[in-house]
Amino acid sequence: MTAPSWLSRVATIVLPIALAFAVALVLLQLAGAPPFEALGLLWDGSVGSAAKMSDTLAAWVPLTLAAAGLVVTFAAGLWNIGVEGQIVAGAVAATWVAREVPGPAAVLIFAMLVAGVVGGALWALLAGLLKTRGGVNEIFGGLGLDFVASGLAIYLIIGPWKREGVASTSGTDLFRPEAWMPTVGVAQFPVIPIALTVVAVVLVYVLMRGTRFGLRLKAVGKNPRSAHLLGIPTERYTLAAFLLCGGLAGLAGAILVSGVFHKLVPSVSGGYGFLGILVVLLAGYRAAWIAPIAFFFAAIAVGSTQLSLRLDLDSSLGGVLQGVLVLFVILLGGWRARRTRRRTALMEPEGP
Amino acid sequence: MEATLATIVASASALVYAVVGETITEKAGVVNLSMEGTIMLSAMTGFAVAYSTGSVPLGFLAAAGVGMLIAALVAFASIELRLNQIAVGFVLALLAIELSSFLGDPYVGQHGPSVSAVPIPLLEDIPFVGRVLFRHNLSVYGSYLAIVGGYLFVFHTRRGLEMQGVGERADAAFARGIDVNRLRYLYTMVGGALAGIAGAAFSLDVKLGWREGLTTNFGWIALAIVIFGGWNPIRAAFGAYLFGVLAWAALQLQPVFPSASQILALLPFPLMIFALVLVYLQLFRDLADRHPIWRRLLSSDPPSGMGTAFHRE
Repeated sequence: MTAPSWLSRVATIVLPIALAFAVALVLLQLAGAPPFEALGLLWDGSVGSAAKMSDTLAAWVPLTLAAAGLVVTFAAGLWNIGVEGQIVAGAVAATWVAREVPGPAAVLIFAMLVAGVVGGALWALLAGLLKTRGGVNEIFGGLGLDFVASGLAIYLIIGPWKREGVASTSGTDLFRPEAWMPTVGVAQFPVIPIALTVVAVVLVYVLMRGTRFGLRLKAVGKNPRSAHLLGIPTERYTLAAFLLCGGLAGLAGAILVSGVFHKLVPSVSGGYGFLGILVVLLAGYRAAWIAPIAFFFAAIAVGSTQLSLRLDLDSSLGGVLQGVLVLFVILLGGWRARRTRRRTALMEPEGP
Repeated sequence: MEATLATIVASASALVYAVVGETITEKAGVVNLSMEGTIMLSAMTGFAVAYSTGSVPLGFLAAAGVGMLIAALVAFASIELRLNQIAVGFVLALLAIELSSFLGDPYVGQHGPSVSAVPIPLLEDIPFVGRVLFRHNLSVYGSYLAIVGGYLFVFHTRRGLEMQGVGERADAAFARGIDVNRLRYLYTMVGGALAGIAGAAFSLDVKLGWREGLTTNFGWIALAIVIFGGWNPIRAAFGAYLFGVLAWAALQLQPVFPSASQILALLPFPLMIFALVLVYLQLFRDLADRHPIWRRLLSSDPPSGMGTAFHRE
C-alpha cells in the first residue's frame, strides 16, 4: 500500500539535496554561467587540492565547534542565537591574552585557548542569566548580546587596541609570531584545531548519549515544568548548557584569531555561529551528524569563493545552496510528520 | 534644527514600516524572525523592478509581494506543518540575504529611479511642523499612515481587537468562532508586506540604489525596536525615530570619534535588553501598580500566545 519506510527515509535525505542543487543550477543558468562547470569549480575550489582542503578544514573547525555547542543548548530547549557574540567574546579574550601575556608559544597559545573558552562561556552565561533571572527571552537577549559583542570588538579595534598611528577598522596589529597557531605542511593544515574539534564533538556526543547530565538536560528541554517537579534544578541545567555552548563558541573565536586572522578583526565571527545553527537544524539536532554536515557546508562556502574568482559570479551562491537545502529539509520533515499525523488520525477515529 | 529633524523623519521612514509591520504580525501571535532577510531581498527586488520598468510604484509593489511571500512561507510552515516559527524564520532570513546578493549582482551601483518629492500644499506652510513633516515624498507620508493606521487598527477597531484575541488567547478566540489560523495567515502577510515596503523605501528613497548588504542589521534592529516599543505601533515608531536620532548623532560625531557610527548604531540592542529587564523587575511592577502612567509608557508585555502554534485538536 505504501512505500517501504526506508525508501521514504532515503527520500527525505536525497530529495532536498537534489532540489537544492536543482535550484542552484537554475540560478546559475539565470546568471548566464555554465552550470556544470560551476559545480566542478565548486569541487576543485574546496577539496580539489591540499591547499584547498586545508582552507576547507580551517572553516570546518569553527563551524563544527559552534554547531557542537548548539546541540547542547538546543537539547536544553534553548535557541542560543547569541552564539555569534560568544565567538566574538572568545576572540576578544584570546586577543587580550595575546597582547598582554609574555611567554613561549606553547604557553601563550594554551592560555589564549583557555581565555577564549572562558570569554565565550561568560558571554553565554550573561544570556543565560538574562533569561533565568531577568525574564529576557534568550532569542532576543542573545541577538542583543551579539551586537553588543561586535560593538565591543569594534571599540577595542579602533580605541585601546588600535594599530600604531592609524585607527582603522581593518583590525589590530598582527600578533607576535608566538601567538600564531602552528600548522603542518606546505598546505598549512590546522592540526591542533582539528584535533580539538574532534575531541569536542566526541565529548558532546558522549555527554548527550551516555550521561545522566545529558538525559536530564533533555528532560529540561522537553518539559521544564515536569523536569522541575521531578527535582531537576532547571536553572542550573539551563545555565550549564549556556556555559558549555559558549565555551565551545569561545574556543572557535580563539582559534579564529590565533590560527586564521592572527589579529582581531571586526567581523571575526564570520557568520560561523549563525551557519552553525543551520548545520544543527539540518542534522536534526543530533551530534553524530554535525561533523560531516559542517564539512559539507565548509566545502560549499570555501568552494564558492573560487566561483566568484573564475566565473565572475557572486560568491553568495554557496550561501543560497546551504539555505535552500536546510529549508527543504525542514519543510519536508514537517510534511512527513503531517502525513503520519493524518494517517494515524484516520486509523484511530477521535474519541468523544 | 528643522532641517535636521526633517532629515531624521525621512531617514527613519523605512524602519517605521518594518516595526509597524512586525508589531502587527506579533500581535497576531506569530514571530516572523526573517525580517533581516525580508527587508534585504525586498530592497533588492524593489530597486531591480523599478530600474527595469522605470516605475517606482511597481518597485514598491514587487517588494511588498516578496515580503508577503516570505511571510506566507513562515505562516504555512508554522500552521500547516507545525514547524518551529523561529527555525523557519531564521533559515529564511539567512537564505534571503544570500539570494539578495546573488540575484542583485547585476544591479549593484546602477542609477535607478527614486521616489520624487511631493510637498503637501497648505500643510507645508505650517511653521516648523510643515518643514519637518510635510515636505517629503509619498514614501515618507505613507510611513505616517502606517503608524496612525496601525495604532487605530490594533487598538480601536473590532478587527484589531479580534486580532489581539488571536495573539493573546487563541483557544478563547477560536471558541468565539474566530478562524484563528486564517487570521494569523492574513496578519503575518500584512506584516510581511509592510516589511517589504520597508525594503523598497530603503533602496528607492532612504539609501538610493542597490549594493550588497544595503540594509544590513536593519531587520534585527526592527525586531529589537518592536520589543522596545512594547508591541504598540506608536511606541515602536518612536523607537524607530529615536534610532534615527542616534544615527544622526553618530554621523556628527564621526570626525571626532571615528567609530561612533558603528557603535551607536548598535545601541538599540542594549536598550532593548534594558527595557525587557526593567519591566520584569518587581520594583517596576510595584511602581506601575501605584502610578499606571509608568505602565502605559514603559510596559512591555508580549502577546501571550506569541510564537506558539494553535491546533484544533
